[in-house]
Amino acid sequence: MAKMLMIEAQKCTGCNNCALACSITHEQSFRLSAARVHVFTWEREGFSVPMMCQHCKDAPCIPVCTPHAMTRDPATGWVNLDQAKCIGCKMCVHACPFGNAVWDALSSKILKCDYCGGDPACAKFCPTQAIRWVDDVTATQTRKRAFAAKFKEAFAE
Amino acid sequence: MHGWIGHILRVNLTTEKVSREPLDPGLATDYIGARGLGTKVLFDEVDPKVDPLSPENKLIFAPGPFTGTYAPSGGRYDVVTKGALTGAIAAASSGGTWGPALKYAGYDMVILEGKAAHPVYLWIKDGTAELRDATHLWGKTVPDTTDAVRAETDEDAKVACIGPAGEHQVLFACIMNDMHRAAGRSGVGAVMGSKNLKAIAVVGRGTVTCADNDAFARVVMQVREKILGHPVGGTGLRLYGTDVLVNILNQIGGHPTKNFQDGYFATADKIGGESLSAKVLQRPKGCFACIISCGRVTKVSHTKYAGEGEGPEYETAWGFGSDCGVDDLDAVTKANYYCNEYGLDTITMGATVACAMELYGLGLITRKDTGGLALEFGNAEAMVEATRLTVQGEGFGQKLGLGSYRLAAAYGHPELSMTVKKQEMPAYDPRAIQGIGLNYATANCGAAHVRGYTISPEVLGVPTKVNKDTIEGKPELVITFQNLTAALDASGACLFTTFGIGADELAAMLSALTGVEYSTAEFLKCGDRIWNLERLFNLKAGLTAKDDSLPPRILKEPLKSGASKGRVSRFPEMLPTYYKLRGWDAAGVPTPAKLQALGLVAEPALSGSLT
Repeated sequence: MAKMLMIEAQKCTGCNNCALACSITHEQSFRLSAARVHVFTWEREGFSVPMMCQHCKDAPCIPVCTPHAMTRDPATGWVNLDQAKCIGCKMCVHACPFGNAVWDALSSKILKCDYCGGDPACAKFCPTQAIRWVDDVTATQTRKRAFAAKFKEAFAE
Repeated sequence: MHGWIGHILRVNLTTEKVSREPLDPGLATDYIGARGLGTKVLFDEVDPKVDPLSPENKLIFAPGPFTGTYAPSGGRYDVVTKGALTGAIAAASSGGTWGPALKYAGYDMVILEGKAAHPVYLWIKDGTAELRDATHLWGKTVPDTTDAVRAETDEDAKVACIGPAGEHQVLFACIMNDMHRAAGRSGVGAVMGSKNLKAIAVVGRGTVTCADNDAFARVVMQVREKILGHPVGGTGLRLYGTDVLVNILNQIGGHPTKNFQDGYFATADKIGGESLSAKVLQRPKGCFACIISCGRVTKVSHTKYAGEGEGPEYETAWGFGSDCGVDDLDAVTKANYYCNEYGLDTITMGATVACAMELYGLGLITRKDTGGLALEFGNAEAMVEATRLTVQGEGFGQKLGLGSYRLAAAYGHPELSMTVKKQEMPAYDPRAIQGIGLNYATANCGAAHVRGYTISPEVLGVPTKVNKDTIEGKPELVITFQNLTAALDASGACLFTTFGIGADELAAMLSALTGVEYSTAEFLKCGDRIWNLERLFNLKAGLTAKDDSLPPRILKEPLKSGASKGRVSRFPEMLPTYYKLRGWDAAGVPTPAKLQALGLVAEPALSGSLT
């Protein structure tokens, strides 16, 4: 069964543990701008949202990648970036509708979530389960069940 | 260097000179960072006798080595200066994202000196720094200032600023960052206001490195498990916030009520964490790298107290609540919002209103003084209005803005101010909990729970239960907690990590991160060194053993009701032992042998000053 990162922003506390874990895992240092996940916080409302590559089925970053550095792995369904083939043209940066492919000027390379090869550090370090690494077919079960419970409360004797 | 960046930013506001200096690795090792390094710089560079609100005082912003890493709940910074409220050394700690941003921008510390000719803000971006005019920001609230500074700099900028209260140099003004987090106590915001400095905005895209990534990851994972597995650190604080303490403290009769006239408030449950969660909580919030998430995003939608923001914390709910005899959570939350928006310390604000209520009840303050406000215990509306008057600097609020010590003294009754070193005691009654009183009396920044939180063992049983009513062993306990907390603050960790870990784990994390081998004993010795240097600053400022005291009420008036009924603080019996165990003489002055053991005698700034 394939897996995906499930984000429940209403559980996010804005702590950035995901971005810190991502940065130390991929770049061996703590640099938020090097993380593949970024947390955006609205301070007035006290609301935070983590953002990372969605590994789209019809990924806009793949067809624009001339050197075929960005490809889909048929086995996992993930969108993978081969740094050795990447020429740094940034077409993926322009194509991604979410801004989740990032050009990092400091390291001169494209940064994009690679699911840590199947054991995402962001999910492991999230203290509130706002980011979870789950089976894709059952990803929304938790949320559905929580909402269904409200029906139960309203109607069950 | 690892953990540390290795650079200090110095800004002279008088000459507008901005300079970058190297961080001395030896000093970094000995003082760790944040409160520790800040104290060292203040001690070396500022005459302790200066007027806190004069250009000669300096204002130091300093994160610690943990700050910017994934050390659990380790993203804090301290503001160190001579406190406006106390005239003693101040080290106010804050969380949020500002401290990490400063590290990523390339600095372990910002030292601000002098006074700007007109309102300015400091804009730090990836190693560069410039002063910009802030005349148009003067008068703006904290959220409005934050938005305006971001619009002029960078939408990702992290902003620490003062509100109108700091501009007016209200003696207990705080410095706010991330809109809702506060470097709260001792009047650090008034010092910032006296320098005409409205804000510091930071954007950093740089790196904090680690000496041994694998070792650091291992100990960080262990620490996470210990904290997340703890009933307080892992569960209680996220579910109910710090306000969970209302019912716990009230049950043991240690919840100060009506300006410390009692230790039990019958309807305290209405303002406790459980009620907060049910009535005003939107969601929990975490500071940078936090795994505890005690922050409360709240909203008051009904009634005349409508608003949204963060809080209340336990101390705030107590200060505006029980200490004023108020059990209206909406009113308490509204007063909290006023303080956050205008930049005032909620503990001193609440306790000052409580003191004014007692003076009013005795007829010492009249309706004429208050401008018609019936400042009676239990009057929620009057409490909120008194807070509004203070934050906006109107009418009787100008007198309340002096803090309870100066207020009570002005009406001829300084004994009714519940302060140590002119700073208000927080929400744990020293008559019900013996150790905390000794900590209040000896804390270098004035009365504070966050200098030696003996509530952990004495009330919560963490790490082990200690009898709260006895004095035996308390001086040792207080010293251990004070030294541990000083080293913890210096590292950039949150005090709440101690619900789960202790000095062993903190020293192990610091060693793996920095590559400097800290044994547990050496780590605690750093705390001892910081504590003694703070003490020396205060002694040189003119404070004496007489200032290590508690209000007479705490020593003489037994608690009237609740589980600790009949008790008083036995603080005077503990103090001589405390001095002796500290290695201080009978006058509370560190002995030459003690200073030598801490490596403090060799400092030229000390020679001939005390002995």
